[in-house]
Amino acid sequence: MSYKIIVFVKQVPDTQNITGEAMKPDGTVNRAALPAIFNPEDLNALELALQLKDRYGAKVVVGTMGPPNAAEVLRESLYRGADEAVLLTDRAFAGADTLATSYALSCCAKKIGDFDLILCGRQAIDGDTAQVGPQLAEKLNLPQISYVQEVLELDKRHVKARREIDGGYEILEVKLPALMTVINANEPRPQNGRRLMKYKKARTASELAKDHANANYTDAEALAAEQENLAERGLMIYEWTAADAKADPERIGLKGSPTKVKNIQNVILKASESKMIDPTAQGISQLMHELISDHTLG
Amino acid sequence: MAEKIGNVWVFIEQEGGKIADVSLELVCKGRELANRLGVKTEGLLIGDKLSHCVDTLYHYGCDTVYLVEDPRLEPFTVLPFAKVIMDMIKAHKPNILLFGATHKGRELGPRVASEKLAGLTADCTDLQIDDFDDKVNKQFYKDKLMQIRPAFGGNIIATIVNTWDDPQMVTVREGVMKMTEPDTSRKGKLVNVKPELTDAEMVIKVIERIREEKAVNLKGAQIIVAGGYGVGGKENFKLVYDLAEALGAEVAASRAAVDAGWIDHDHQVGQTGVTVRPKLYIACGISGSVQHRAGMDESLKIIAINTDPGAPIFSVAHYGIVGDLNTVVPLMIKAFKAKV
Ligand SMILES: Cc1cc2nc3c(=O)[nH]c(=O)nc-3n(C[C@H](O)[C@H](O)[C@H](O)COP(=O)(O)OP(=O)(O)OC[C@H]3O[C@@H](n4cnc5c(N)ncnc54)[C@H](O)[C@@H]3O)c2cc1C
Ligand SMILES: Cc1cc2nc3c(=O)[nH]c(=O)nc-3n(C[C@H](O)[C@H](O)[C@H](O)COP(=O)(O)OP(=O)(O)OC[C@H]3O[C@@H](n4cnc5c(N)ncnc54)[C@H](O)[C@@H]3O)c2cc1C
Repeated sequence: MSYKIIVFVKQVPDTQNITGEAMKPDGTVNRAALPAIFNPEDLNALELALQLKDRYGAKVVVGTMGPPNAAEVLRESLYRGADEAVLLTDRAFAGADTLATSYALSCCAKKIGDFDLILCGRQAIDGDTAQVGPQLAEKLNLPQISYVQEVLELDKRHVKARREIDGGYEILEVKLPALMTVINANEPRPQNGRRLMKYKKARTASELAKDHANANYTDAEALAAEQENLAERGLMIYEWTAADAKADPERIGLKGSPTKVKNIQNVILKASESKMIDPTAQGISQLMHELISDHTLG
Repeated sequence: MAEKIGNVWVFIEQEGGKIADVSLELVCKGRELANRLGVKTEGLLIGDKLSHCVDTLYHYGCDTVYLVEDPRLEPFTVLPFAKVIMDMIKAHKPNILLFGATHKGRELGPRVASEKLAGLTADCTDLQIDDFDDKVNKQFYKDKLMQIRPAFGGNIIATIVNTWDDPQMVTVREGVMKMTEPDTSRKGKLVNVKPELTDAEMVIKVIERIREEKAVNLKGAQIIVAGGYGVGGKENFKLVYDLAEALGAEVAASRAAVDAGWIDHDHQVGQTGVTVRPKLYIACGISGSVQHRAGMDESLKIIAINTDPGAPIFSVAHYGIVGDLNTVVPLMIKAFKAKV
């Protein structure tokens, strides 16, 4: 295996198929109206990593920062072909803006270590900023290629990629290690049935402990033994706290975030005084007349 | 005594020596913010051989233009631009720094903000000056930039404030700030800057670069006729073109129509297309998803034609026509021709 590729993926509320108001009156996300999904462009980033693995041989490590149930997107990555997964989770990360998020992810990448490439999606569909990728590149002092459509060449020293620019495309070459943000320009492979059977057992240490507790199973030794057994079979999802990742507590979560949300409003469709027009020659003739007389047309 | 606050800066984006519209929009907005704060509006013009752009920036409202020229700054790559901007921020300490939320602005802004350890608010659609009373942290901030932006795929609007060190940085969506008439008698001050670049910034190599100027000018259009998936096919888009021609309008489309290959991406309106604000927007066979509305709901008048009375487009429309576009559009052409 010649390359090591880290893919950062995010679990997001499905803002595109929203079934009610996005925010509750108290300003928190209305999770009932917004099921959690794999951020769409992160699937494209993962797909690109897996294509590189197929073409050149690589170990693909996925990482996410999020609450414990964000482990779901890590398992999904394993089903599709990732080799290892890391969940960065700690209450202290909560409330992070993109500066604090990119700092936390940079600590995670350093702990994973020894990477040739880091891939991110261009943009997450909740925060919608597209800032974390470039900021992470800066934190790690890496060159970045944003809006990547396709990797043309990879060798031990360089990567050459085609990326979108306003009104066209560019082919850029940079030295490794480097960071790329990936756009919706490939077709993510489906979950692989055999991998699914294997990796649905993958657990973080906390999940495993919870499974045991739920089964009223309190034998610490048995838990440790199972953890070891899963680890041997590559079924342990690494779970790191802020301290594990050696993150400076001043630079993470709310504390490490310069931007503050002052207020949030649900977008309510403007119920403009809408006038219904008959789809008949007469109705439309009247409409055109009205638009001409108020100088909208003509 | 209060410390003197810094100026309002605008990153002036240019391509081949032509200033991007969004940068002129931001100079106009920057002027307004600077007047409110009693400071100057300053443009950062970076590239090579750009002195011909300077007067235009004065005309739109810049008091100062920092002109940073070096052959290594063409074509645009992100690292040397970030270095230049960082050095300039350290030297002059602006209060506010505006970028267009373009491909360039959205990779450059975060790179700079990360190094400066400054906040950056993405893709703003409005900016205002106001005080911020942070009750949670018991801090009061005077005359802060209120950074107003849609998030959650356009389902919410958030007002965000940057509470750390200056500058307060934002990227601003194209086409949403109004461009005011240039005043060709306005003059300003030119400051030539020699950039300090090293090999460390020159590690991104541009092997090939293919660009076309956009053939369609949706942003400047007064009237737009837009077709969606309901148009039904590439040939049938002729109907949309016919209505546009009759009305002297530009043609736009929803993403579903673009993805179907019926029309080029340059015509797409919405979150991942262009934001438009014409006098009249006619939506034919467009359901009105939140991503589409994000690009057109500020139009002065909206006509929606759709067979489904429950389509969300009707809730932003001023005139709703529940009917088949294949009959309604020809009726519109006929009625308009009869009137003029
Ligand atoms: C309404 C609202 C508005 C906001 N506006 C801003 C703002 O203007 N500026 C600001 O700094 N913050 C803002 N935030 C905070 C921001 O959403 C969070 O910092 C978030 O953790 C990352 O930003 P994003 O979702 O925009 O990600 P993006 O920057 O869009 O994500 C790009 C890529 O980075 C990677 N990535 C991002 N987050 C993670 C993660 N947690 N784990 C692993 N990979 C990840 C993924 O590959 C993703 O595709 C806002 C939050 C809300 C709720
Ligand atoms: C991240 C992201 C970004 C996006 N960005 C954009 C964007 O920038 N712009 C954009 O437009 N979309 C965008 N979308 C896609 C968006 O969610 C919708 O899928 C898209 O706008 C739907 O296009 P439509 O209304 O043409 O198609 P549909 O939703 O399929 O609607 C077709 C409409 O036509 C009507 N119709 C059918 N036949 C007729 C007829 N004969 N006469 C009259 N009406 C008829 C139907 O009733 C229906 O309402 C984005 C999506 C995502 C996930």
